[in-house]
Amino acid sequence: MGGVMTTEEQSERINLIPIYIMGKQYMVPESLTIMKAMEYAGYTLIRGVGCRGGFCGACGTAYRVLGDPKLYFGLACQTVVQPGMYLAQLPFFPARRAAYHLEDLEATSTQLFSLYPELLRCLGCGACTKACPQELDVRSYMAAGMRGDIAKMADMSFDCIMCGLCAARCPAEEGQYNIAILARRLYGRYMAPRSAHLAERLEEIRAGQFDATMEELKGLDENALKERYKARDIEPK
Amino acid sequence: MSGYPPEMQESIRLVESTRLRRLKETFTAMTLDEREAILKGFHPDYKDETFHAVRLGVSKGQRMPIELAQVVEGRPHIGPDFDVSAPIIETDVLVIGGGGAGASAALLAQEQGAKVTLVTKLRFGDANTMMAQGGIQAADRPQDSPPIHYLDVIGGGHFTNVPELVEALVVDAPFVIKWLEDLGMMFDKEPDGTMMEEHGGGTSRKRMHSARDYSGAEIMRTLRDEVRSREDDITVIEFSPAVELVKDDKGQVIGAVVMNLETEAYHFIKAKAVVMATGGGGRLHYQDFPTTNHYGATADGVVLAYRAGAPLGYLESMQYHPTGAAFPEQIVGLLVTEKVRGLGAQPVNKFGDQFVYPLEPRDVEAAALIRECKERNHGIITLTGQPGVWLDSPMIELIHGPGTIEKALPAMVRQFGRFDIDIAKEPMLVYPTLHYQNGGVRLRADSSTDVPGLFIAGEVSGGVHGHNRLMGNSLLEITVFGRRAGRAAAAHAQQMTWGTPSLEHVAQWNRELEENGIDTGVVAPILLPDYARKG
Ligand SMILES: Cc1cc2nc3c(=O)[nH]c(=O)nc-3n(C[C@H](O)[C@H](O)[C@H](O)COP(=O)(O)OP(=O)(O)OC[C@H]3O[C@@H](n4cnc5c(N)ncnc54)[C@H](O)[C@@H]3O)c2cc1C
Ligand code: SF4
Ligand code: SF4
Ligand code: FES
Repeated sequence: MGGVMTTEEQSERINLIPIYIMGKQYMVPESLTIMKAMEYAGYTLIRGVGCRGGFCGACGTAYRVLGDPKLYFGLACQTVVQPGMYLAQLPFFPARRAAYHLEDLEATSTQLFSLYPELLRCLGCGACTKACPQELDVRSYMAAGMRGDIAKMADMSFDCIMCGLCAARCPAEEGQYNIAILARRLYGRYMAPRSAHLAERLEEIRAGQFDATMEELKGLDENALKERYKARDIEPK
Repeated sequence: MSGYPPEMQESIRLVESTRLRRLKETFTAMTLDEREAILKGFHPDYKDETFHAVRLGVSKGQRMPIELAQVVEGRPHIGPDFDVSAPIIETDVLVIGGGGAGASAALLAQEQGAKVTLVTKLRFGDANTMMAQGGIQAADRPQDSPPIHYLDVIGGGHFTNVPELVEALVVDAPFVIKWLEDLGMMFDKEPDGTMMEEHGGGTSRKRMHSARDYSGAEIMRTLRDEVRSREDDITVIEFSPAVELVKDDKGQVIGAVVMNLETEAYHFIKAKAVVMATGGGGRLHYQDFPTTNHYGATADGVVLAYRAGAPLGYLESMQYHPTGAAFPEQIVGLLVTEKVRGLGAQPVNKFGDQFVYPLEPRDVEAAALIRECKERNHGIITLTGQPGVWLDSPMIELIHGPGTIEKALPAMVRQFGRFDIDIAKEPMLVYPTLHYQNGGVRLRADSSTDVPGLFIAGEVSGGVHGHNRLMGNSLLEITVFGRRAGRAAAAHAQQMTWGTPSLEHVAQWNRELEENGIDTGVVAPILLPDYARKG
């Protein structure tokens, strides 16, 4: 969005820097994220964009910076451009996903290894950890998986947005994020402690305990409802 | 190092100087009359000149933001002569939209024995659901109950909600939590299994269930993984948004025309029932507000269902989230979850003073922030001219102990940390941002609509939340009504009989546009916002 301003006026006010999108140079304002810089350069994005807020993992990007031998990784929607950035979008990196039905599984290491035998081939090299834009210790969650520690793998991988950058870097061809979500689902269904109050509430609803009150509330007119609403007691913090 | 410029740091010193005092005293909540007055004065919904009454269709006269009316009154992508004799796919249930509502519908329809095709605009899960942080409501603690939840929902919605829809929402809620748990979702719990539940704006009981601050992501990726586990029965087609519903000569919806986003080719998918689950419209940027919504949130479902004859409702109220990021520039508009206030952070002005109860219903809270900046000039103005007030996050650690923020709000820590702002030590600058579509396509408690064969679920619908949704009731809505829609669509698919495919509703739409002299210059649904700089 933004007002009417000529390019010259803009560049007087905004510092423009060179970046390279798939090899081609564009001058873009230095404050933009990679994603907004691509749009500034004229791209209409279809691939490599989703939430625009760091949650969906659609916008994985690999880049180099002129004069720097290192290869960097980031999310295009969360990373600010730098002068001399060479960008390549990695909107999707294929990784194997095992076929399973959660309800037929057991939360055991044997189960994890039989669905993902490649888990045991992890070399512990740490290339995944370096690539992870969520700063997860991917190598360690893989190590936890290799030890059969499903709870730990679930906990450590929790913030994974399944962007696939770890898989793109892995010499052992792991699909880390797919193994991790299996660990989390196994944990959530089979290992997490169950909540007694939830089970009780389900029983109460099934037994019709709230039916009468609910019918009554549905029948109230606006004024009566307002009175009830005002009279609510608020549970302290 | 602080990511804030010196002028802002000066104001932060003031915020720090009042912090200990503020820990002991919270600004009082408004009365219903005070709420009404502040809404009328400062909420964007009350700026009449930014609204437009729609000029054609079954809900003629329905007021909505001008930007939305432009797409609702838009021209269809395809003409009435588009060939609907040869579908590329035939299925029992077609689900349009790969967010939480669509995924839930697909799963439940499949469980009823239906073959399901799910089409979505971007990737499966590139959706508002993925972005929700705060949590999901359900009355499952002994001191709470579905009737208490009901009152909170209806009061929050200004007593305009449809009672049967609210009943469905609050009574199904505990069952949905159980369902998600059985699918392997990891809720935040105490070691004995007790759910950790917090307040949200407008709640009278703590009933916000969370999964750290990735609550929506955890729901979305769990549902998505389960859909992928059932690939024999559920086919997912990405980058293929629907651009028109297809009906038959009996007036039933029998599928949709989708567009391949890359080749721009149109295809007909034939189905015995259709679930519309396309989410909201934040990317239409009403009144030029920034938005929290994902890239594909362009109100497509409202456009499509309306053209097919389904009534709309409640679209005169949009939800502006009180706390969007206002600094730094790169993340302006992105959500600062309500959980931050739920955990005890107060909004304070540039002098370090409180000016509003932290957990008013969202519309009231947003109006109070706008008043503090626009009328009283007690806000900070950033270098780019963006107003904002402080949200005093460091209070959280004083209330709940050091390390709480890192543990409870990792996504927030990360988002601000990228710009050298440590939210455990420094407050965040916030201002309202366009967040949620309260209204949409009207539905019944079983998710059906006035148009046979068309079922609705999620943010695209209208009626559940009345004129204002409370946090945590939307993740609940998408699972409750997603499941209901899936079930009802599968049941419809079992007993329907085909008529002859027809695009007569498109022909009629075009006639009405012409008769009323309407030409908004827009081909709708627009599918994606236009952010590319031209030239
Ligand atoms: C940042 C953020 C935080 C939030 N936090 C919370 C919270 O804490 N608690 C809560 O309860 N709610 C929260 N909400 C609201 C809640 O997340 C959404 O309302 C809800 O997830 C909507 O789900 P949905 O399935 O209806 O739509 P979405 O999840 O948006 O899914 C719709 C899908 O349909 C696709 N689509 C759109 N148009 C078409 C088309 N023409 N054809 C095919 N597909 C299409 C979209 O691309 C998308 O994938 C939040 C929302 C946002 C944006
Ligand atoms: S990159 Fe691959 S091999 Fe290396 S530590 Fe990570 S998972 Fe293991
Ligand atoms: S673990 Fe892998 S897939 Fe998950 S966020 Fe990190 S790099 Fe992306
Ligand atoms: S667009 Fe979703 S993470 Fe960047």
